[in-house]
Amino acid sequence: MTYTKRFDGRKFDEMRPIEAKVGVIPNADGSAYFSFGDTKAIVAVYGPRPLHPVFLQNPQKGILRCNYDMLSFSVTERKKPGPSRRSKEISMVTTKSLEPVVQLSQFPNTVTDVFISIIQADASTRCAGINAAAMALAHAGIPMTDMVSAVSTGFVGKAVCVDISKEEEDYEEDGEKDVSDIPMAFLSRSDQMSLFQLDGRIKPEELKEVVEAGRKACKKIYEIQKEALKAAAIKDEGKKK
Amino acid sequence: MNMRMGVTENTQRRIIEYLKEGKRFDNRGLFDLRDIQIETNISNKSEGSARVRIGKTEVVAGVKLGLGIPYTDSPDSGVLTVTAELLPLSSSKYEPGPPSEESIELSRIIDRGIRESEFIDLRKMCIEPKKEVWTIYLDIYPINDGGNLIDAGAMAAVAALRTAVLPKTEKGKDGSTRILFGEFTDKNLPLNETMPLTTTFHKLGNQILIDPTTEEEDASEARLSIAISQKKKDHFINAMQKGGKVPFTVEEINTILDNVPKISKKLQEVFEEKLKKAEKLNK
Amino acid sequence: MMARERNRDEENGHAPSKEEFEEEQEMKQEMRQDDMNKDTQMLQSDEEFEEKKERRVVVPGEVIATGINFLPGENAKRDGKDIISLRFGLEDISGRIAKVIPLSGVYLPRRGNIVIGKITDITFNGWLIDINCSYPAFLPLSECQGFVSKKEDLSAIYNFDNLIVAKVISVKAKGVDLTMRDRGLSKLSDGITMLVNSNKVPRIIGRKGSMVSMIKDYTKCDIVVGQNGMIWIQGQDLKNELLAKETIQMITEKSVSVGLTEHVQEFLENAQKTKEKKESK
Repeated sequence: MTYTKRFDGRKFDEMRPIEAKVGVIPNADGSAYFSFGDTKAIVAVYGPRPLHPVFLQNPQKGILRCNYDMLSFSVTERKKPGPSRRSKEISMVTTKSLEPVVQLSQFPNTVTDVFISIIQADASTRCAGINAAAMALAHAGIPMTDMVSAVSTGFVGKAVCVDISKEEEDYEEDGEKDVSDIPMAFLSRSDQMSLFQLDGRIKPEELKEVVEAGRKACKKIYEIQKEALKAAAIKDEGKKK
Repeated sequence: MNMRMGVTENTQRRIIEYLKEGKRFDNRGLFDLRDIQIETNISNKSEGSARVRIGKTEVVAGVKLGLGIPYTDSPDSGVLTVTAELLPLSSSKYEPGPPSEESIELSRIIDRGIRESEFIDLRKMCIEPKKEVWTIYLDIYPINDGGNLIDAGAMAAVAALRTAVLPKTEKGKDGSTRILFGEFTDKNLPLNETMPLTTTFHKLGNQILIDPTTEEEDASEARLSIAISQKKKDHFINAMQKGGKVPFTVEEINTILDNVPKISKKLQEVFEEKLKKAEKLNK
Repeated sequence: MMARERNRDEENGHAPSKEEFEEEQEMKQEMRQDDMNKDTQMLQSDEEFEEKKERRVVVPGEVIATGINFLPGENAKRDGKDIISLRFGLEDISGRIAKVIPLSGVYLPRRGNIVIGKITDITFNGWLIDINCSYPAFLPLSECQGFVSKKEDLSAIYNFDNLIVAKVISVKAKGVDLTMRDRGLSKLSDGITMLVNSNKVPRIIGRKGSMVSMIKDYTKCDIVVGQNGMIWIQGQDLKNELLAKETIQMITEKSVSVGLTEHVQEFLENAQKTKEKKESK
């Protein structure tokens, strides 16, 4: 193990400070904010609502549609407004990470839109987005069999690091990149994984360790998401027209 | 809730009825602003950024700097590019997709206010005439549309510009400049005193008002957005845009113009006060 | 029992008041919620059905009961030994039934619901209505009030953007059918409207209509509360209409609180006192 102390002094199983808030966008049916340290995501859910054009409709159940987008000034080098290939892929894996828990069979021909905006990016944006999206969907009253929690765990210089930062993402050893970035999402009750991606170089047995660390971290995230939802119930905002 | 229903004509009629007596549902005067809150540095990756809340409306804006070639007709000036994206997350009115007419209009109204007032001294953003200049990207995003996005967006834009700093640069071997992204100097953008703030006047029935809520905006028949800047004690109108289906009478225009100095003064005061508060929090 | 009596009254053309109407709405809402509770009487006092009990807020996937003695009610499901919540809401365990009262969520139309809708389109044989749910609602020509001749212009009866109080007669996958052929149903002119989350409607109506009646008494306003969350208020002056609106807004914000009735009463009394002070000056 070459990485013996984390750049920001955290313990290996310690996440960056998390902030979770529900009900941050009054117009939305459900909304939430989630941050891992400097990575900030805000989500609004609208739906279930009629889906147009008609050919996209599913007569058997409603569709979940996630749209991930980074604000141009959320990154150090300006991101041109508009969807990119990366944002389209992240939108898709985000949808897939939430689909297993969302129950839309009683809403055929509808769409439930989940809009994720990254205000400030410092690694783990898709996980922050998923955490906020799960809260926002629950807040919107979408029937769900479980909550979903996500975190990026890394294998940095052979050390299992939970919630890796941007600096850690770029870790090098002897001029060579020596880090694996592994975003994961877990269903809170069943411990099943609905998001699992990897970039880097890691042995299968090493990956097992990483998965276990991620699973434990997601349990903590779930408690935070639950608290945020409960806090919102007490100061729930009614809708005005 | 699915905002399919929008504001009903019943409520709209009441709004206009009440306005005839000079009254509004939230007890404000016709030329009173809702509560304004400003935060700055909402993205530490940007050269400058701000969040403005007017009532329930929330808009964020950010400044990113880049390098580029100047326009041929202004070879020694930096370039300013203003974009606005009406995020679908801010209202069920907006759909994902290419920029709509509305979002283009919003960005261009804010752009003209800043450009025509010469708030940014673009001449000082030149590195090498005809060859290399700074490009200022100003991007505006509504987070919650609770009415009056234009004024909130223009305010967020200006707050972002006020607090923006230049990034660090280094000279490459071939003499070209390279930005060290993520590293900032403490040098602010070269700004003049003529800071533009926009006020949009709305016509409902026969009344003129400013800063409408969503309900009032839905009942609005016409609007006139005016970008106003101050130089010493004088007020100057730098840009204007009329929107809405119904025309204005000349009397209505005169009423608006008569109220411009008073409203502009109040707006500038509130802005400076809130911006100061925001900056204090950042220290 | 009572429901059957009322239906008979409807058929006999018994003219109802808005209060009776509200009562019926509320009862139907309760019946729907207490579907599974028929054997086990809700051991509450005459107070609001939620008020006296401090209900725990739960999130999807959270366990609300364990063991085979419990049965999953609305918005809950069995997962192995546990009964889990499917919604963000208040857990409600009554006897053997474990269910969740949702705090949010789109309006789900049910047969018999009284709703307030807006005309969005006129076809050759009826009107398309927006009732603030995920599906289009349709009012066929045959279901509108009174007799309509074939030559009549539909827009003369109900025009674009008009508001109507209607009743849901059927809910199908493709849409919802409405009728205006029932007592108390009509076009709503004048007044102001507000839209709340439909899950808050039971609180706004109150047990046997007590909450909305209290608001009506204090503000001297006519109020129609649609099950779909659309609310219409008409008073003698806008001040009273806005007071009613503000009160209802407050109820939606404090709906989980215990002692809400007292709180609302206090709020209305204070408003009345302020008004009297101003008038006496």
